[in-house]
Amino acid sequence: MRLKKNIAISDSGFLFDPSTGESFTVNETAQEILKLLKEGKDYDEIAGHITSLYDIDRAGFERYYQDFLEMLNHYHLIDHAG
Amino acid sequence: MEKRTFEPPVIKRLNAGMPSKFGMTPRIEPMPEVEGLKVSELLKEFGSPLYVLSERTLRNTYRDAYQAFSTRYPKVQLAWSYKTNYLAAVCNAFHQEGAWAEVVSGFEYHKALKNGVPPQYIIFNGPSKTYEDLLLATRNGSLIHIDHFDELYMLLEVSDEAGTKPKVAIRVNMDTGIYPRWDRFGFNYDNGEAWEAINRIMLSGKMDLAGLHTHIGTYILTPQAYRIAASKLADLAVNTERKYGHVIRYIDMGGGFASKNTLKGAYVPGTDSAPSFDDYADAITGALVNSAIKPEHLPLLILETGRALIDDAGYLLGTVIANKRLASGRRALITDVGVNLLFTSFWYEHQIVPAENSSQHTEDTTIYGPLCMNIDVLRAAIDFPLLKKGDTFVIKRIGAYNMTQWLQFIEYRPNVLMIDTDGKPHIIRKREDLDYMTRQEVLPEHLKNAGL
Repeated sequence: MRLKKNIAISDSGFLFDPSTGESFTVNETAQEILKLLKEGKDYDEIAGHITSLYDIDRAGFERYYQDFLEMLNHYHLIDHAG
Repeated sequence: MEKRTFEPPVIKRLNAGMPSKFGMTPRIEPMPEVEGLKVSELLKEFGSPLYVLSERTLRNTYRDAYQAFSTRYPKVQLAWSYKTNYLAAVCNAFHQEGAWAEVVSGFEYHKALKNGVPPQYIIFNGPSKTYEDLLLATRNGSLIHIDHFDELYMLLEVSDEAGTKPKVAIRVNMDTGIYPRWDRFGFNYDNGEAWEAINRIMLSGKMDLAGLHTHIGTYILTPQAYRIAASKLADLAVNTERKYGHVIRYIDMGGGFASKNTLKGAYVPGTDSAPSFDDYADAITGALVNSAIKPEHLPLLILETGRALIDDAGYLLGTVIANKRLASGRRALITDVGVNLLFTSFWYEHQIVPAENSSQHTEDTTIYGPLCMNIDVLRAAIDFPLLKKGDTFVIKRIGAYNMTQWLQFIEYRPNVLMIDTDGKPHIIRKREDLDYMTRQEVLPEHLKNAGL
């Protein structure tokens, strides 16, 4: 699972998809996850990083992570070919 | 290192250039406390969900309303509309402020008596009163508001049996220039029916026509409608005095003042559109003072406003049960507060805010209750912060009708708490349990066990 390569994410939480021209805003948690996804980290690494930073356990995080991935998919931000 | 508070990750598409008739979405301010008590502590101690009533707000609102009228008119009396909230603690707080009781059924009449209201201070409205109700109210000297001719003729019989004249008013409906025009309650002014009812009462000689009453509608956003209604009742009072030399002692303008809740489909929030008590008072008292009623015979002005007196004093506290993602991509929040507890969510866009601080990030969300029913929707579409399972929230302005029209359906009704003016919480109605729920059931012998 990878983000589309050409997606731009700003430090202030804006995301731009040049292939559709659509813009998005993300919150801090989403920004952290997107950064790690861009770096090619896997779920274990992402979960480890988030649970070390925030007051959430792995089981709790997984549930919201899956939901977030669904939304990325919904907005066509996932590179299925890759 | 202390860990940061986790907020579920969210991504939201920006719709640049999309025109919005609603303007900017306001920042949702959390509400960590109600009347100085922490929401989380209240829910821990008294369970979730939880109704909370502020006695301070209730009394202050009453005083605001009374002041708006009493500074404009010499004789003003408020009567607490029992159907709006007939929990005894609520009724008695209003009675202590000076409110009479306005009831619309035999049950409510007996509840007012049980609360200790002197019967001459009970106004008996409503389309359904039994012969026994009328006989008791007549003997007690309560004020009976006649709704239709069948009731009028029944009262003539009651008058004979009681051996005393019932104190009555007629309920009058009319065109006040607003839609919908309520013509269900009472006698119509515009087609002469109300005047005919007055004539029959006066010519019978068996009733004391003490007052005139109207209830023009509900959630009336136009004070001008009350001005028209008060003028028409004043005309009836003047004509009655002219023809019979009989002075109408009170004019009762009913209820219907809007609260600050936002109606579904409204363009602007209720906080911006609802008239103030002063607006209503100006319209009503202006019409009476400027009418042809003789100054020495100015009637007592009675008001039966319910919703506007108590809506602001009520809060409903609840907890998130689950987050869901609907097929459309919209977020759904399942909570422990359903339409069974919040009947008014069928017509209001209730203001719902998180109890704890959240970031400025929000997502288009549908908020559901816990019922296994598709209609159990608190808010169909609300830009809402990203609450997690177990997070708590507060629904504002729920004091009117929800504690009377609530449904006993699927779930027990929870504790109702009143926080007194010293900030001390009191349970004023206990959470229901299985014993309460089954107490009225009677099982035939052959169905005493499940037999499986």
